[in-house]
Amino acid sequence: MAYSDKVIDHYENPKNVGTLDKSSNTVGTGLVGAPECGDVMRLQIEVDPATQVITDAKFKTFGCGSAIASSSLATEWLKGKTVDQALNIDNMDIVEELALPPVKIHCSVLAEDAIKAAINDYRVKNGLEPIADNH
Amino acid sequence: MKFPIYLDHNATTPCDPRVVEAMIPYFTEKFGNAASRNHSFGWVAEEAVDYAREQIAALIGADPKEIIFTGGATEADNLALKGVYEMYAQKGNHIITATTEHKAVLDACHHLEQLGAQITYLPVNAEGMIDLKQLEEAITDKTILVAIMYANNEVGTIQPVREISEICHRKGTLFFTDGTQAVGKIPVDVNKDGIDLMAFTAHKMYGPKGVGALYVRRKNPRVKVTAQMDGGGHERGMRSGTLNVTGIVGFGKAAEICRLEMESDNARIIKMRDRLESELMKLDEAYVNGSREHRLPQVCNISFKFVEGEGLMMGFNKNIALSSGSACTSASLEPSYVLKALGLGDDLAHSSLRFGLGRYTTDEEIDFTIEAVSKTVTRLREVSPLWEMFKEGIDLNTIKWEHH
Repeated sequence: MAYSDKVIDHYENPKNVGTLDKSSNTVGTGLVGAPECGDVMRLQIEVDPATQVITDAKFKTFGCGSAIASSSLATEWLKGKTVDQALNIDNMDIVEELALPPVKIHCSVLAEDAIKAAINDYRVKNGLEPIADNH
Repeated sequence: MKFPIYLDHNATTPCDPRVVEAMIPYFTEKFGNAASRNHSFGWVAEEAVDYAREQIAALIGADPKEIIFTGGATEADNLALKGVYEMYAQKGNHIITATTEHKAVLDACHHLEQLGAQITYLPVNAEGMIDLKQLEEAITDKTILVAIMYANNEVGTIQPVREISEICHRKGTLFFTDGTQAVGKIPVDVNKDGIDLMAFTAHKMYGPKGVGALYVRRKNPRVKVTAQMDGGGHERGMRSGTLNVTGIVGFGKAAEICRLEMESDNARIIKMRDRLESELMKLDEAYVNGSREHRLPQVCNISFKFVEGEGLMMGFNKNIALSSGSACTSASLEPSYVLKALGLGDDLAHSSLRFGLGRYTTDEEIDFTIEAVSKTVTRLREVSPLWEMFKEGIDLNTIKWEHH
């Protein structure tokens, strides 16, 4: 199975690899997947409390090339969006952008879950209700 | 150096050019049907098949009459298991095998279970070996066959075949071994090893694809299998179908080359394999899977903890072809059942690479592979949250993972 050029590019030059201070109130952290399943994504967002705009996003992923690319792409899309806008990122947008084959769709689902988990972590830290999981 | 580098010789091997050369006349001018008894085209083909049978028999210390040609090792595995099950139905319905067998054996066993067979699947230890005492205890008066592979395809572990056959014969049951990975790679002798039936194939020993054989012992004891295909009664009635003369000629030549050059090939290959392994083991948290002592000369299987196998391969698969125990591309998303049977956690099974060296592997290719794999492991660990947690001293087992 051949990878799309976009997957290869994200894999070879992943964007926003790194770690934010997970104890900070302005940082939300999502850790999804499991080592036994062959995929673990950690996605973090830094939110400006005044504007609710995501000013920074970082990831680290254990997984195949498509999983790394999905999370790398997610961090790119998150930066500059408000938290509410970020909630609208759909896994199928990632599938389309990266031209993921059916067997790799779960990578995009995991990325969407990571976004939601990071946002919920931020919300809970700041006294808000978590958004219900619609999966 | 030519790219891509091929390090997946457990999957298949290229044809040796000497094999191809031997085959070529049998496509065109010597195209006869080996079963045509009335003219020279048939005689020429039959003679070629007989010669190949001798070449193949010589490699495994058998009598040429004991070689039954098939379409490959999977067919030979099926013929052995299903053929013995039918032929010896009056004696019993119990077959013993192991959890690390190839799918051709395991799935044939599952099929027989549906027909009323009782199958015992022996576990293996961390090195991939069965326990001889457990084998002995599992044999009953209903046991008709013990099916244990000679050497494993994923980790290369060589089973104690002589001890296994000794137990089988003492307890009065037949011993079948899937020799696909072993024949042509290490010395195999059906008499010294006490083998009653053995499946093997040409394309794992620098011969063509689509031709294999089942060794069926003719005396002490005389073994018979019920044919699984009806037809012209070729191959002593055990496998009907016009013989693949061209393929068989190539199989014979490949077997002869293996017999004559195995020792010198192995001396070179083991040196390269060991160098590859010891260099890669310099990386932190790298683990060799299977037995390092009882192992095929050309294989090494290593888990690089905290990186995922398929992601790892993507770092160099433009230049190096090898395989992983990760099953990221399979529909089931399950990692290798062989590695799991050895007791590896799913995380380590997902992190494994199998290096399969071969006759044409060079030192230069090994140098390139060491560098490419080491670099990619290091780079992907920088991207891995698990590596970061490990470095911070967090026990990953204490984290509540969200399973999908």
